[in-house]
Amino acid sequence: MSTSYPFGFLDEYAKKEIRRSTLKAVAIPGYQVPYSSREMPMGRGFGTGGLQLTLALIGKNETLKVIDQGSDDSVNAVNLRHFIEMTCEGINTTTKTEDADIVQSRHRIPEKPLREDQLLVLQVPYPDPLIVVEPSEDKRKMLHGEADYSRLLVKLYEDIVTFDEITISHRYPTRINDHYVIDPSPIPRWDVPKINQSKALILFGAGREKKIYAVPPHTKAEPLAFDDVPFRTEEFFDDHGQRRACRRCCCTSSYLDEFVDSTTGQKVYQCSDTDWCEQQMIQSIEIQKAGVA
Amino acid sequence: MDKVLTVKNLSKVFGEGCPECFDLTGPEHDTNLCPRCGSIVAAHNVSFDLYQGEILGIMGESGSGKSTAVKCLYFDQPPSSGEAIFYDDGEQYDVFNLNAAQQRRLANHRFAMVYQNPHLGLNFDISAGGNIAERLLMSDVKNYAEIRSRAMRLLSRTEVQTERMDELPKNFSGGMQQRVQIAKALVTNPPLLFLDEVTTGLDLSVQAAILDLILEIQQQNKTAMIVVTHDLGVIRLLAGRTLVMKYGRVIESGLTDQVLEDPQHAYTQRLVASAL
Repeated sequence: MSTSYPFGFLDEYAKKEIRRSTLKAVAIPGYQVPYSSREMPMGRGFGTGGLQLTLALIGKNETLKVIDQGSDDSVNAVNLRHFIEMTCEGINTTTKTEDADIVQSRHRIPEKPLREDQLLVLQVPYPDPLIVVEPSEDKRKMLHGEADYSRLLVKLYEDIVTFDEITISHRYPTRINDHYVIDPSPIPRWDVPKINQSKALILFGAGREKKIYAVPPHTKAEPLAFDDVPFRTEEFFDDHGQRRACRRCCCTSSYLDEFVDSTTGQKVYQCSDTDWCEQQMIQSIEIQKAGVA
Repeated sequence: MDKVLTVKNLSKVFGEGCPECFDLTGPEHDTNLCPRCGSIVAAHNVSFDLYQGEILGIMGESGSGKSTAVKCLYFDQPPSSGEAIFYDDGEQYDVFNLNAAQQRRLANHRFAMVYQNPHLGLNFDISAGGNIAERLLMSDVKNYAEIRSRAMRLLSRTEVQTERMDELPKNFSGGMQQRVQIAKALVTNPPLLFLDEVTTGLDLSVQAAILDLILEIQQQNKTAMIVVTHDLGVIRLLAGRTLVMKYGRVIESGLTDQVLEDPQHAYTQRLVASAL
């Protein structure tokens, strides 16, 4: 399919500006770099931040994977992938994490650890973790500058007082390189440790809020917590204390989605990362074959 | 005795200011509004020393600049001119020339302020314990159990029922809110405490209890305090030395007994006479 748009839909100046902002974001880990965020042919809030990053960074012959909630087939992912295919002639797309040069994602970081030569682009609705405690952006900037995150910690304190544990399920405030605290986009707590010392560069694009920030490779990312009430990820245990397994691939080490089986009416669990699930199935089939032979 | 704070020629002008602001205002002109440029001279040439364990009273009618002076020292407002040196553990800090982060550090770790209105000193959306925790978290205490126990200790010391520490301050009476505010201020053991009209608007028995508490803290912690009030009774009870301010100027200063028993300035005489 061909269009009369330039490669990557955006004009060269727009792409240059995004790249420049991205460089600054990488140079100051966790700092929210403002950028102009062009109008895209889709509503802001539908992943325009991540999309602009991908369009500005992808080149011919490079391979892209787009996921939404871990799945390559959900509407948002399909539409974004389709749009990028349409406007970037000569790129390849894939659903396999290991084949991708750029992974654009919403709500998940792939289960398979990323490599140095890969790039993760996350779509961000709310870039500033301080928005929940301070409405004024001026004051938030000052708090960020002075690395004053005591009010976020007070929120955690209040959580523990009321619920005996920290109840933040996603967008868990995470301190990058001992200074800036970021909102790591709506990924579950499960994925937060993957940011720490990640081999791949992680870029965050907030299209509506017009901010880009980054966690460079091999950078410390520390979720906010107390010394004696440490951060912990979701657990998937059943009533007998047994780790639940994916119903398709039987994996017991992945992040699981819970839903209700429409025929039996029972709760079932399945890998949220569809590519991971697929690869696990292929692997177990290969092992079976090897066993038979 | 160890000096804690030296303030020299502190001035604060609200408005553009002109070269004649200071000459055309003050008690002798009976105004703090500059007739030339319309600026308000809230405080001018306020100077004093403060020593460890001492309580300095600043007295005056409303609009005399007593709160402004203290707010400048607590970084709520930048002063127009003047100098303040804070002495701490053998170090000296030129308070007004520190950068914002250093000032915030001092305000969080070494200074504390109790406001007249608990809404200024407390966050009403978080629990009483959370308010105290906030101040501890600002001074880098990151252990939940320690925060809980220190907050509880302070609340019981300021006679707030510790069973109510997880309640929102809006459920508390005015006196209790003020106690929570004092507990929050004291939890980091600051060597310097500012009290801005802490007992105004409270009923008499509660006032007495809070004044007792302040004296107790002074005795036990050797905290230096600046007490801003228009209440002569509070000054008499708490302050060792007193400044009397009018229209932004210090018109009289000295030992509290001396100022109250033998006032020299006509305004002070009237003030003392009207109270007795």
